[in-house]
Formats: sequence, C-alpha cells, structure tokens
Amino acid sequence: MALVHITIDNQKLEIEEGTTILEAAQKAGIKIPTLCAMPELGFKPGSCRVCMVEVEGLPNLAASCVYPVREGIVIHTHSERTRQARKVVLELLLTDHPLDCMTCEKNGDCTLQDLAYELGVKESRFGRGEKKLPLDESNPFIVRDLSKCVLCGRCVEMCNEIQQTYALNVGYRGSKTKIIADGDSDLRYSECVSCGQCIAVCPVGALIDKNAQGKGRTWEFSRVKTTCNYCGCGCNFDFNVKEGKVVKVTSNPQSVVNGINLCVKGRFGYDYIHREDRLATPLIKKKGKFEEASWEEAYQLISDKFTQIKRESGSDSLAVLSSAKCTNEENYLLMKFSRAILGTNNVDHCARLCHSSTVAGLAQAFGSGAMTNSIKEIAEASAIYLTGSNTTENHPIIALEIKKAVTKKGAKLIVADPREIELVKYATLWLRQRPGTDVALFNGLMNVIITEGLEDKEFIAQRTEGYEEFKNTVLRYTPEVVEKITGVPAEDIKKAARIYATAPTTSLIYSMGITQHTTGTDNVLCTANIAMLTGNVGKENTGVNPLRGQSNVQGACDLGALPNFYSGYQKVTDTSVKDKFSKAWGVDLSDQEGLTVVEILNAAYEGKIRGLFIMAENPAMSDPDLNHAREALKRTEFLVVSDIFMSETAELADVVLPGVTVAEKDGTITNTERRVQRVRKTIEPLADSKPEWQIICELAQKMGYKMNYNHPGEIMEEIAQLTPIYGGIHYNRLDDGGLQWPCPDAHHPGTKYLHKDKFSRGKGKFFAVEYKEAAELPDEEYPFIFTTGRVLYHFHTGTITRRSKGLNEIYPEPLVEINPQDAEELKVKEGELVEVASRRGKIRAKVQVTEKSGKGVVFMSFHFREAAANLLTNAALDPVSKIPEYKVCAVKVQKIA
Amino acid sequence: MTVKEIVKRYGNKRENLLQILHDLQNQSPQKYLNKKDLEILSEEMKIPLSDIVGTASFYSMFSFTPRGKYLIRICESPPCHLLGAPAIFKVIESKLGIKEGETTPDGLFTLEGTSCLGICGVAPAMMINEEAYGNLTEEKISQILDQIREKESKR
Repeated sequence: MALVHITIDNQKLEIEEGTTILEAAQKAGIKIPTLCAMPELGFKPGSCRVCMVEVEGLPNLAASCVYPVREGIVIHTHSERTRQARKVVLELLLTDHPLDCMTCEKNGDCTLQDLAYELGVKESRFGRGEKKLPLDESNPFIVRDLSKCVLCGRCVEMCNEIQQTYALNVGYRGSKTKIIADGDSDLRYSECVSCGQCIAVCPVGALIDKNAQGKGRTWEFSRVKTTCNYCGCGCNFDFNVKEGKVVKVTSNPQSVVNGINLCVKGRFGYDYIHREDRLATPLIKKKGKFEEASWEEAYQLISDKFTQIKRESGSDSLAVLSSAKCTNEENYLLMKFSRAILGTNNVDHCARLCHSSTVAGLAQAFGSGAMTNSIKEIAEASAIYLTGSNTTENHPIIALEIKKAVTKKGAKLIVADPREIELVKYATLWLRQRPGTDVALFNGLMNVIITEGLEDKEFIAQRTEGYEEFKNTVLRYTPEVVEKITGVPAEDIKKAARIYATAPTTSLIYSMGITQHTTGTDNVLCTANIAMLTGNVGKENTGVNPLRGQSNVQGACDLGALPNFYSGYQKVTDTSVKDKFSKAWGVDLSDQEGLTVVEILNAAYEGKIRGLFIMAENPAMSDPDLNHAREALKRTEFLVVSDIFMSETAELADVVLPGVTVAEKDGTITNTERRVQRVRKTIEPLADSKPEWQIICELAQKMGYKMNYNHPGEIMEEIAQLTPIYGGIHYNRLDDGGLQWPCPDAHHPGTKYLHKDKFSRGKGKFFAVEYKEAAELPDEEYPFIFTTGRVLYHFHTGTITRRSKGLNEIYPEPLVEINPQDAEELKVKEGELVEVASRRGKIRAKVQVTEKSGKGVVFMSFHFREAAANLLTNAALDPVSKIPEYKVCAVKVQKIA
Repeated sequence: MTVKEIVKRYGNKRENLLQILHDLQNQSPQKYLNKKDLEILSEEMKIPLSDIVGTASFYSMFSFTPRGKYLIRICESPPCHLLGAPAIFKVIESKLGIKEGETTPDGLFTLEGTSCLGICGVAPAMMINEEAYGNLTEEKISQILDQIREKESKR
C-alpha cells in the first residue's frame, strides 16, 4: 500500500494509506481514549464516540477508530473541541452508571474512571437515571453487573468472533438495551463455556472475576508472566500476586501463542495452589499409616532403600516415572538421576500413554516426532484435516485457530471422528469412522488420491522413499472396501480425498484418537504417508501436527524421560552418545533400553521392579486396566511419590514428598509446537514443600552423587551442552516469547516449521500399513465400544481440577455418554444411573444421552476417581510404541434399578 | 405448523428470520415467542439463540411473555392523542383491570400502545388483533369488549 504523509498533533508522520487515525496515533505514541475499539483484535465498531478527533476541513468530529488516514490529513486528538465532545459522551454514560468506585472491583483499572478523571467530570449535566439491573452471579467464575455496562460490545465481539461460543449478544433497544446471554438467561444456563474472555476485554466493572472479588485492587498486585500448566498449548498469562498469594490470572497481550485468549482452566483453574490439603511435609508410611517426617529422614530412607535394592537385585530392579507436569530441567535431572545414580534406563513418563506412537511413528517416517508447524500457522492453512482430536475441549486455544481458519480465512475443515465433537459444526465434511478403523480410512483416502492422479509426484520423487511398496498396499483399499470397514460412505471418502489433495496447503491435526490404539504407530505412519503423498509437509502452514496433551509432555520427551533416549532423542544404544553422557556425568551408563510405563508396572506386578520413584504422576488413575496397575503399585516393595496433593498413587506410596505448583518454581516447559517457554517463580514454596529439581538434587547428594545447581538456568546450560536440538536455549533468550527447537546454537532463531528442504532422517519414508482390528471388539456379552477422553472443565486424573471449586461446580460428576437410540434400547433416561462393565472391571455413573456418541459407542472421561474409566480400559499395547489401547474396548451397559 | 415447517416454507436463510419469527408468534395461541420454539429455531437455522433473541428483542412487536387471545393496541400518535387516546387507555384499563403491557387473568386481553395505525381520519383509534376500530368512545369500547366476551363465553 502507498505511504501517505499526515500531521497528528503537530507531529509529521509517514504511514500506510488506510490505517485508521487511532492506529496512526498509537504509532506516534499518542493515546486516544477508547471504550469500544480493540484495533489489535480487529474490532473497530466506531460506536462509543469517545475516540472522536478533529480532522481539519471536516465539519464534524470523526471517530478515529474507523476513520482512515489520507495524504495531507491534519488531525488534532486532544483539542478543546474533542475534549468537550468526550465530556458529553462521558456524562451521558454516567447518567446511569453506578458511582460506587469505592467498592468497585475495577477501581484503578477502569477506562470510564480514567476518562472521568482525565476530563474532570464529577457529575452528569443530564442528571441521574435509574438503570438498575439484577446482578448475575450464576456462573462460578464470572459476575455480570449489567448496571455498570457501557454497551461497548467488546464482550459480544470476543464471544462471537474470537471465542465463537455465541453465548452473548446485544438485546432490546434504546434505553433498555443490554447484553443478553442466550435468550436473556443467567450466564450459568447459557452456552457460555466460562472462558472469561469477556472479562479480559471489559473496560469497566460489568464483568468481574468472581473469585478475586474483595481480594485486592489492581495496584496492589505484582504480576508475574508465566506459562500455563494445563494442556500443551503453552499459553502465557500473568499471575496476580498479593501478600504471597496468587489471587487471580489475567491475560498478557504479549503472549506469543495465545495473545489475550485463555480457556476456563487457564484463567480460573488455579485456585488449587492455595488449597489447605496441599502436601506440607514429607510423609513416611509406618504400619500402614502416613507419619510426618523431616526431609532428612525421608532422604535417608530413600537413599538406604534404593541402595539396598540396587545392591541386592541390580539397577534394573529400580525404575523412575518422570512427569509431563514438571519442568524441562526437572525431567532432565530425574532421567539423569535414574541413569547416573540408580544406573537404569527404566525411566518413562505419561507420554507413553498419549503420544509415544507419535514419537515412534513420525521418527520412522520423518526422523523426528513433533508437531511440524506452529500453532499460528493453523489459521493460515487452506484446508485442515482434523482427526482424533476434540480440540475445543482439550486444546481450547488451538481450537480458536481452527475456527479462525474456517470462519475468517475460508479454510475447509474435514473432521474424521467417531464422536460428534463441537468442531463438526465448522466442518465441510464429517467422516464418522467406527473407532479403531483409522488405518483403513487413511488408506481409502490415499487410494482415491492415487487412482485419481492427485498425488504430488514431484515431492514423492525428490523427497521420499518406499513409495512403490506403499502404493501397492494402498491400491487394495478402494473406497468401497473402506466403507465396509469404517462405515464412512465411499462418496465422502472421495470428497475428503479430493479436498486434502487439491487444497494448496492441508494441515493435518491429530491427537489421542489416533495414537491410543494397538495400531497407534500404524495410524501415525498413515498421517505421515498422506502428508508426503500430497506434498503437505516441510512447508509453511501445512504438515503433520500432533497436539500434545500435557503442558510439558513435549519437553519431558525432549529431555529424555524415555527408556530409549537421552535428551534430544539421542539413543541410549548408540555408543558415541553413551560415551558423551558418561563423560559429562562422570559415571558408567547402561546401553540397554529400559522399560516403558506399562512394562514397569507389569514388572512391578511380577516383583521384578522392587523400587519405584514417581514424580508428579498418577498411574493409579491414568493407566489402563487400573485394578492391575494399582495392584502392581501395591506390590512394589518401595514406592516414592512426589506430588502436590495426596493423589491416588501417593496413597499407595511408602514415602511421599511434597512438591510445588508451577507458581512456586522457575524453569522452562515446551509446548506442543516445540516452543520452550519460561515458567517463573511467583510465590515462595508453601509450607515445607520444595521444587522437584531441588528434591532430586538433594536426594542425589544424599546418595553420594554431586548434583548441585543454584538455579534451574544452570541446569539448562548443561542441557544445552549435551542436547543438540536445545543447543541454543539459554534463559536470557527466552524472555521474549521463547524459542522453538531445533535451536542448535546461541544465534539460531529457532525453527518455525520442520523438515524444510530435507527431512530430519534425510528422505521421508513411506510405510505400507495394513489395517488391523482393535485388540478387543464388541461381542454378544460386551456389545458396546467404549472410548475415553477428556472434557473441557477437567484435566487428566482430576488431581488439580477436581480441587478447583468452580471447575468442579460446573462439571461435578462422571457421565456416561450414550447415543439416544442405545439409551432407548437400554431403557435409560438422561441422569439415570448405569453400570458399565468390561472384562476387567466395572463402574457406576449417570447417563448423558447425546448424539455426540454414535450408535454402539459409549464415551467417558477419565477424570473421576469415583468412576475411573480406566478400570475398564484394555492394557493391550501397540507393539512398537507400547501405548495402550484407551480408545477401544468392549463393554456392556446396564441400567441400575 | 411446526417450527421446522415454517423454516422450510421461507427457506433456511438468515434474511428470512424476521418473517419466520412473525409466523411463529402469530400461530402461538398466546401470541408470543416461547423459549422452546426459539431453541428449536436456533437448532434448525444454525443461528445462535443469543443472536435470534438479540434480533427479536430489538423489535417491539415481538413478545417473550404470553399475551392474551385479544391484543388491544391503542394508537399513541399525535392525532389520536389530541382526540383522547389517554382517556381511551383509562377506560380500557378500568374495564379490564389491567395496565398497559399487562394481560387479564383469564388470558383473554392484553393492552398495548402502538405507533400510528394510519387511520387518523377516525381518531382516536385502536386495533384488536387484525381488526381496526375508530371514533372510539367509552360506550363503543364497552360494546366491543362485551361482544368479544359474549363470543368467548359461547365457546
């Protein structure tokens, strides 16, 4: 666009034609007050009339948020005339705005108050109206005081255009105009998903964080920017702290991943930090009961026991489970502890249960197993193939990018999912495959692409190998054959294939619906196959994008909390790697691959693992076939658990160590797009708890190994030296949005997307993958397919979200989702109690009758200890990655009379 | 007609929303938009409920609360005002025992004001449902209301 010359408050400026006066002023460092406009979010309604400015030659004042600059324009933003105009607007607003700033939560952070102060408005010349609308306190997180609303429309914009929940709108008219939720109901009973985006943009006190009320004013808080510790999105926000307590979370617009966007868990789910039932001191179990102990006692006992077991039964009778909830530094230290001190590669963590098949599959096909693109690239894709990911509930902020791609940028969305997830509403095409038939579906799509000649021949020839064998396999999966296996109509398969292959960029996004199968690795190989077949990888905006579940599950894998890799996916079986680490750590190391999570528990069950250290994980809820897993933990001779609460796993431990929350420690975590970001210590560790990195160091010292760091930053220096992909990660480089690996040296800017020009393994490799049935299929006795997942309001085993008051209020109990037809046949109604049983266990919970579940498919989340879904799931493992089949097993459902 | 049928009649397009809302209200025995219908409409047209209600509530001719079988609308335009509309209000209010915006307990009458009915020649005027009445006097109003009552009592 052409540049034009403008004069704004006597400053001469050269700026792009068409820029609004408001934005031009911002660039000139001039602040024009606004109530409604949010130019950074593209919201410029021109309705509040506070941003009026004087443009020379115009008879009237112009609303600067919508008025574009042109050559030679002369603007006055703070002339007497504009002041008078703003005053009138303000006085009109103040006619019915409560003047209760003394007790208003927004005091000190209120645009209306700031304006009144700046313009010296004490009272309104128009008198006082009597607008008094009832307070809406129905939502557990959000208070709506519509008497204070200035009708700027920001919350409506947020809710409809960015969050796309469509709970809020403007209702009625004239003096009766107000913001309504749904059909003018209380917020709690509307479509509202409690993301609180509306609070983040409200300029006045009409929308307030309920749980922070009365706990401090804006000027009393110190703010610490940190990274959210729920899912793998890696959102940044500010903890607001007063007198050593985290009072609330507020958006930080500088966040690279999320901007001001946050979901309900990120914004409101941190009240667990100051819960009274936080573990406060080390506990040692004596005669079946926990007794408080000093750190010294605990360390001594652990050291003695581990040393004794190692002496008696060898290093491999010990094992360690690391944590995707802890920092990179802690994961590095714990795997170092396992390998250098215990002497075993038996170290793993819950990534085994969610994305080990991604790591295994993509490593084989591409050479590295991570999201190939960045989150911000999703909105730029011309088509999105989403499969096995209920993104709206599990990665809410990434779902916003998908919605943006579809509704704002015209992308086509194909959803392949057995459940009618929310994003189906945005889909051009929805393929509802029978659970466990993903390989067949992918092969069917690729069959169409090849037979119709839509493949990217140049890409295949130049950048891949193994094509011919793969092609021969795929050619047998005609759409008609695949329709019989998957239940997806052949016509839809053809349509989807054409979209996938012909869109300029098709981003494939998947999650646990693909990975958690006995064919998990096969499924992942298919995602790589289709991306290479269509040339949709190694480029901007298109690739293969697995969404990682936990906040630091990517980092825990990167840092080598895996039985076969050191940090940076360096193989334990590789002698030169072993020698490098051996030299750096000053000890001999094992070159035998260790055991995976489920294998460790199986070995414990058989008495082969005698000692187990679990850092902040909860296998007694998260592992498949829980009766077996819990028995294995009980049989473990010496079990140490560090956590912040008495989890189901900690209850079974011999020693429990009190760790800290993300607010109480420094470190880094790596999100799903490989972005290494800082978490920052906001408050001191509560009671006698300690950060896990410190616990590991102190325990190591007790066991006679020198492990001493003053700060996690020093641990990262060591990581950078030993880990090529983290080679350039240093704390002083992370303050401004973090860095995406691979980042090999201190000058490397990080990598936005992977496999540009060359795959990590050289050429991309096609794998011929045949369809195999799931390990357990429905039969006469167990006629339903049981599949598991998460819901928006809870996280994983519920250890923290079940302790968040509001989250638990919104979603208090486990629900069994059943298709209406099945419900009718079973003669159960919504809310009635049923028993769900598999060959391994049974649970009771209430029924939710919903079209979300297909006929014959029963869904449950695994958050609830009172009806733990994993009592039912099947521990059958994928042969390559050892991931269990959480997504398919057979159950029966009975109404409880 | 069901909500689905009405939507089908006009076509599932956003620009038909107002007409569909009118039909929905008109066919309702209590002459209002009830929540259940609006929820179904939202589902059918894939328009968020907040959007439908936001739109409908802007227009004064839509009601979200049940109204009487007979909707009395007294013209509030200047000619009618000058020729006694305020008195007409008073007469009806006292006869029916309700105020503007209210409905009689038997669910028969609702009283509302309206902007110009376009029949200023016979001011003061009112409409009851689709029927217009002019040159109103206390007597005439009594007659009209009595007739309706009589008709209803025979049902």
